[in-house]
Amino acid sequence: MKQGPGLTLKLMLVLGFLFLYAPIVILVIYSFNDSKLVSVWGGWSLRWYGELFQNEQLLDAIWVSLMVAAAASTIATVLGTMAGFALARVPRFFGRTLFTGMVLAPLVMPEVITGLSLLLTFIAIGIDRGFMTLIIAHATFSMCYVAVVVQARLAGFDRSVEEAAADLGARPATAFARITLPLILPGILAGWLLSFTLSLDDLIIASFTTGPGATTLPMKIFSAVRLGVTPEINAVATILIGLVATGTLVWSIALKRAMARRAQPT
Amino acid sequence: MGWSRRITILLPYLWLLAFFLAPFLIVLKISFSEAAIAQPPYTPVWDSIDAAIQHLSTIEFYNYEFLFEDPLYVNSYLNSLRIAAVSTIIALFVGYPIAYGIARCGTAWRGALLALVILPFWTSFLIRVYAWIGILSTEGVLNGALQWIGLTSEPIPLYPSEIAVYIGIVYSYLPFMILPLYATLEKLDPSLLEASADLGARPFTAFLRVTLPLSLPGILAGSFLVFIPAVGEFVIPELLGGSSTQMIGSTLYSEFFQNRDWPLASAVAVLLLLVLVVPIVIFQRYARREGAV
Repeated sequence: MKQGPGLTLKLMLVLGFLFLYAPIVILVIYSFNDSKLVSVWGGWSLRWYGELFQNEQLLDAIWVSLMVAAAASTIATVLGTMAGFALARVPRFFGRTLFTGMVLAPLVMPEVITGLSLLLTFIAIGIDRGFMTLIIAHATFSMCYVAVVVQARLAGFDRSVEEAAADLGARPATAFARITLPLILPGILAGWLLSFTLSLDDLIIASFTTGPGATTLPMKIFSAVRLGVTPEINAVATILIGLVATGTLVWSIALKRAMARRAQPT
Repeated sequence: MGWSRRITILLPYLWLLAFFLAPFLIVLKISFSEAAIAQPPYTPVWDSIDAAIQHLSTIEFYNYEFLFEDPLYVNSYLNSLRIAAVSTIIALFVGYPIAYGIARCGTAWRGALLALVILPFWTSFLIRVYAWIGILSTEGVLNGALQWIGLTSEPIPLYPSEIAVYIGIVYSYLPFMILPLYATLEKLDPSLLEASADLGARPFTAFLRVTLPLSLPGILAGSFLVFIPAVGEFVIPELLGGSSTQMIGSTLYSEFFQNRDWPLASAVAVLLLLVLVVPIVIFQRYARREGAV
């Protein structure tokens, strides 16, 4: 469609994006509110950020979340990349249909079911719940996302470059390391980033699979938020939003630069 | 098949068998057992293959019968389906004009606008839902603004309410609706609209008879992508809804953590999955045919 949007459509777009972004903007603004009451504007202040950094429990939860996210997303990236390879490159193996189903099903599985089933499994095996179980749980659902991303990357991949490498005498391992890996690396990195965000964000599966000593940030936020709005949580939320915004910006700039570099003839 | 290739398949395969399929079978098994006070709070259904064979003839549907007898469970199932369906329809009406608008923008704008649609995805889901409490509560931003303009003198009770749950679901899953809609609308051939205009169709008629039918695949994909996660939603009804908006996810959660009735919670999980299997299968069939997703 070529012609530009009419006035009504432009208005719809503005309203639509207002709907998507206004809640986030309001949240950020209110995190700088000096008043303890959410309804009263008490002037700009960094008070809640100060209190946040003295709240040991909250800081602990942030630490737990970051550690779990780092470990889980790394495991998920390794397993997910393997699974993506299997799906994209191996047309036939024993139980491929089951395998495909198991990779795709967690994407649509309600989190309450995933959480419940993992918890019951951990109890059945007799593993103590805590960091380990949390990491296993997060790695399991994240790896499916990684697999889908990597598979998509491999599907749109020109295999002739790999063949050329083989023709030029590269061994399979060398061809993989020098040709395939660099080409699918953006997909793998995107998968890692996605896993990290998913793990950092997960409340339900974490509530089921965690144990004493491993309370994550979303669990902490959820129990505080159930009692209503607190300015401190607004401050945490703002920091998280800021981190994501910067991360996404840096990521997209880096990607654009890398693509521009590749486009240039060397 | 080389060794490296075998390991590439085997490792994720075994992981998924151990932490996805086996857990689900365990839930299935526990859902057929009776609640016991002992730790763990369920009676083992079978301990050996012998017992298993014996058991198959005397499998207990006790938990499932209970679910259908107690109106609490039936109601929360119906609530889930109703709330998810209504939210999906609202999301369609909100998302369609946005997707349509983006598709009609110049290529330079499209990329930026699509990025803006996806960006909120990367920020915490929990925080985005939480943000609405501050807006919808009686002392919240929205009521403050409405009273300031003079539209109401009394604050409107919007939180907690079923309306708040709809807003939360539409807000959280709107990108799922917009993206597939955009994908079909973007491919739409403008000459078809020109042809209908030449044949005398007014813009609205042309939209109804040309654009809408052609965007049906996007409408279906988007609707399923909103409906499926909305049915099992836990956080949104828990934070924004009241007791009348109890959805099945919350019922499962409280059955497990508060009542500690694991077999019943497992039965709820199995039934929830059964409810979702039909839309999921339809969606996957459709996605495969379209070659998308």
